[in-house]
Amino acid sequence: MSAANETVSAGGARTARYFIYGALVILALVYLLPLYVMLSTSLKSLDEIRGGDMLALPRDPSVAAWVRAWGEACIGVSCVGIKGYFWNSIKMVVPAVLISTLLGALNGYVLTKWRFPGHKLVFGMMLFACFIPFQAVLIPMARVLGTFGLSNSTTGLVIVHVIYGLGFTTLFFRNYYEAFPDELVKAAMIDGAGFFRIFWRILLPSSGPIIVVTIIYQFTNIWNDFLFGVSFSSGTSSPMTVALNNLVASSTGVKEYNVDMAAAVFAALPTLFVYVVAGRYFVRGLMAGAVKG
Amino acid sequence: MSFLEIKDIRKKIGNNEILKGINIELEKGGFLVLVGPSGCGKSTLLNAIAGLLPPSSGDIVIDGQVINDLHPSQRDIAMVFQSYALYPNMTVEQNIAFALEMRGVEKAQREAAVKQVAKTLQIEHLLKRRPSQLSGGQRQRVAMGRALVRQPRVFLFDEPLSNLDAKLRVEVRAEIKALHQNTHATIVYVTHDQIEAMTLATKIVVLKEGMVQQVGTPAEIYGRPANLFVADFMGSPAMNMLKGKVSGANGQQSIALFGNDGVRVAMPPSVTTSLPDGKDVILGLRPETITDAGLVDPQARATAQIEAEVTMIEPTGSDTFVTGKLDGATFTARTRSDVHVELGQKFPFAFNLDKAVVFDPQTTSRIE
Repeated sequence: MSAANETVSAGGARTARYFIYGALVILALVYLLPLYVMLSTSLKSLDEIRGGDMLALPRDPSVAAWVRAWGEACIGVSCVGIKGYFWNSIKMVVPAVLISTLLGALNGYVLTKWRFPGHKLVFGMMLFACFIPFQAVLIPMARVLGTFGLSNSTTGLVIVHVIYGLGFTTLFFRNYYEAFPDELVKAAMIDGAGFFRIFWRILLPSSGPIIVVTIIYQFTNIWNDFLFGVSFSSGTSSPMTVALNNLVASSTGVKEYNVDMAAAVFAALPTLFVYVVAGRYFVRGLMAGAVKG
Repeated sequence: MSFLEIKDIRKKIGNNEILKGINIELEKGGFLVLVGPSGCGKSTLLNAIAGLLPPSSGDIVIDGQVINDLHPSQRDIAMVFQSYALYPNMTVEQNIAFALEMRGVEKAQREAAVKQVAKTLQIEHLLKRRPSQLSGGQRQRVAMGRALVRQPRVFLFDEPLSNLDAKLRVEVRAEIKALHQNTHATIVYVTHDQIEAMTLATKIVVLKEGMVQQVGTPAEIYGRPANLFVADFMGSPAMNMLKGKVSGANGQQSIALFGNDGVRVAMPPSVTTSLPDGKDVILGLRPETITDAGLVDPQARATAQIEAEVTMIEPTGSDTFVTGKLDGATFTARTRSDVHVELGQKFPFAFNLDKAVVFDPQTTSRIE
């Protein structure tokens, strides 16, 4: 009786498993399709694109479109490619990610290990930053940047992204440090380490997983941001996302789909790189932050 | 002169008074154990000495110096935590040297000090490992090494053995005892385990609900408990508490036990005051003072033999604990393991009243 039941349930489980994996494979293909179209189109010639099938493999693969996108394509009126904007983005993303991560870690440290009256309220207000839509802060932010003379500069964009990211980075680190034993901080205090020393020598070296999570999250968000980029920068100081938009929207002569696609791949490469390098820590870090112990 | 003085320490958290005026003194080289059930405030008191949780009022004095307002790092104390609190990102060597590094001790000197301590604790082979690669007992030893290397004025231990298994606990307990005997360090040790308190301490403080119940040597605490709480908390199995009534027949006071048809025993020598006739008392007898007839101390002056029904037999190997029942009252006796006892049998228990203590059921204090 019970043996029969087991076989039935085991068979049922196997069928269910096939179904699940089948569904996963199909969904993965659906998600990968745009990437495939982007890559194959970027390697085709314009003639082939106009005449052919969107899903077909390139007949005569060439990187000409990539070279054009990087160094020759016209963005607005200047035809120097996207490389300048690519570096703009790097110059914006790297400091913004590092500063917001470090400040988030410091906030999390204070909010869990150096609690003060009203720490819950402060944390609650910081969390609020996560829920404010970008659009709502555009005009006040523009005023502030203008007042400090930072409009249209990479520094201004870095500041905007740091401020906007702080809510999230603080949330990540606070939850992670909540599970970090207080006794370690006490022991370090007795050993003679001060506020920053405890942070630098004890907490930060044990924060690997959550640092990875925060960096991936912040890097992706800031690199992909378009709204702040288009609002607080102009001309040659624009980040990559804005330049990509301008490239695609430029309407001089023929529409070069292969160049557009190549530029889009360039725009996606850094986030892809970060995920490939650090992705396996991502889930681990998320779990470590969420589950105590 | 006392080395560590705790003067009228009070701690309030919200409306909850956790410590209600604690006064303790400890001489240099003493081993003070704070013992009590959970929630009695013993850890709070230790944290107050460490400076991690400042008291609401009162003074803490080490070697004549009031240290109330000093930062934990400036109190010249070292603490061993229950969870060991080893820095997970550092090797054992770095863990032990960290406090010295923070104090700006030179590298060569640091290394020499670490080596010295590692040798004392026999953890030299572990120095390059990380805490996650150590067993519980090894972590415990590293935590002690971290405290020892500083050569502080006072060591604080916060339930350091409670995360170890039973066998290891006994081993490490002996090591701590040996360490104290060899170094003559001044130690304050918190535990809820009364056996740890008895074996380690030169002075025990029993706490309950933020108040000191009794301060004394292990022998005093065990033999002459100040009140019913201390008597019940210290010792395993617990002290027998038998209800009785004072009667002063024949000019000599005695206590009637087990109701009207029970027995009459002489007033134990620990009571010197004269009690009013008919007063209710509680007679406290350690299990080892109730035995089989063959084990009676030949030097005992006040003894009594009482027959009672056997309701439980618990052999421990070395002895057998026998529970007797008479007139609704039960008591535990400690007999030789080779005595023949059977359940339900009427067994002649021998009471040695020399070490019996008498409590007042109203005040719960011991009557002297």
